[in-house]
Amino acid sequence: MERGSSLGRCRLLTACVELELTRARGPLTIGAFALGKGALATEDFRTDEQRVTRMCTEGERGHGDQRPGGSCCGSAAESTQSTRSASCCGASAAPSAGYPYGSATYVAGTVETPIGVVPQVSRDIVRGDRVGAWRVRWGIGRNDYRVRPGVYALGTPDAAAPVLVTANYKLTFDQLRSSLSGLDAWLLVVDTRGINVWCAAGKGTFCADEVARMVQQTRLAEIVRHRRLVLPQLSAPGVAAHLVKEASGFRVVFGPVRVADLPAFLAADMKADAKMRSVTFGARERAVLAPVELSVAWDRRMLLAYGCILAVSALDRDGVSFGRALRRGAPVIGAAWLALLAGGAVTPLALPWLPGRAFSMKGAVAGGVVAAGATAAFRRRLSPAARVALLAGVPAVSSYTAMNFTGCSAITSPSGVEHEMRRALPFQAAAGAVAIGAWSASRVGR
Amino acid sequence: MVGKPGGALRAMSPLRYIDDVVSLQLEVARCNGCGLCVAVCPRAVFAIADGRAALADRDACMECGACALNCVPGAISVDPGVGCAQAIIHGWLTGGDPSCDC
Repeated sequence: MERGSSLGRCRLLTACVELELTRARGPLTIGAFALGKGALATEDFRTDEQRVTRMCTEGERGHGDQRPGGSCCGSAAESTQSTRSASCCGASAAPSAGYPYGSATYVAGTVETPIGVVPQVSRDIVRGDRVGAWRVRWGIGRNDYRVRPGVYALGTPDAAAPVLVTANYKLTFDQLRSSLSGLDAWLLVVDTRGINVWCAAGKGTFCADEVARMVQQTRLAEIVRHRRLVLPQLSAPGVAAHLVKEASGFRVVFGPVRVADLPAFLAADMKADAKMRSVTFGARERAVLAPVELSVAWDRRMLLAYGCILAVSALDRDGVSFGRALRRGAPVIGAAWLALLAGGAVTPLALPWLPGRAFSMKGAVAGGVVAAGATAAFRRRLSPAARVALLAGVPAVSSYTAMNFTGCSAITSPSGVEHEMRRALPFQAAAGAVAIGAWSASRVGR
Repeated sequence: MVGKPGGALRAMSPLRYIDDVVSLQLEVARCNGCGLCVAVCPRAVFAIADGRAALADRDACMECGACALNCVPGAISVDPGVGCAQAIIHGWLTGGDPSCDC
């Protein structure tokens, strides 16, 4: 999980990485999952002064979605290559410092092709890869974990071997090369600025122009005889297959969601069944993502809130008292943690069984149950006013926390989230106000 | 739910999100039956019936936009985005498009 000041920014990005890791251990994803389609890392783009700001997705997406930094092309990282990339970046791929990709430990050798030698990747995950995965998992240099874009040989592919297209996030690339034992294929790594497939597609960096540009830059047409690219299905929100064909002459076949299904997909003449095409959101995925919400407890803003609670608790008609701050404030902080636990852990885990469709409703119910339990447990020590505060406040905060879990889920639509927010926020605010009022009236700790 | 045409997902998971809210629209008259919408949708929203696309499970849609982007005749429309409360709050506060501030 992210910590300190970097926390509270992108739960989605955290979610992406967490899920990729789960899948790296369990069923694998070609698309390296991103729950929450548009998860982004704008730092990634801010540093890149030489980027071309034209959205290559302008014509494709047709909804005028100008997400910041969503330029598909013109990464300075590409500058060491030629300027063949007319389709996307034109002549602006001028030489520059370029992005340091680090040592390519995944390159095991080379293979001969009509255009010269092409690097051959190892199928093995070595210690360095594991250390790297651990590093990005804890948020250290997560946006700097990239593979140099280009074409790579997996095994000893010939001119008829399939071409598998993927993102240049190293975690994604590592999964792909390590889980296709015995398969000979070409890997075409496109430049997604080190972002996984689904996030990059949602963001517009994994797009038709970028794929076509890499096809041209790598002279793929001279390496393979066929004209077919296998793309991860989760790149489809960013890649218009017909535009790839237009720009590169290669036909796009969308593969399965999970990389584990790739061998079966290839064996079945590149046909994916319904199961291969579906994103799941099972108990395992939900359990892994719960800490994303819980980590809010030591978020900078929460620490500030704790300070405010203690300060307000210290004040009374007869002045300021440190002892009273603790006696009166600590139970409030405890209740807040209880609410975070209800909304950020109980709700995700019990999601299918909690009543209602809206996450805010599920969170309110979980919060209600937890609050009722706490009220019963502390019934001797709580005045009627304190009980009201607990029973109103915990469900309100739990509901809000659960609502934020929508970003980690693989089932919510933005229209649905907005729909539930417009209904839930007034209730959450009202219950919160009741809780504050009741607590002010209560005599706990005085 | 029984009797309604449902995607594979409906059978696999009891988890459903809010009904009747998504912006997804299918204009069957413009469909050429290519089936790409079925291939790209990670939520089994579409099916091919009588050579044309049909909405098998519209409420499962999470508005990722893959289908509309890949529909050459333009039979599908959807307002794509991120189904995340934080992103929507960010959009409200900044007056811009929903995006997670990260």
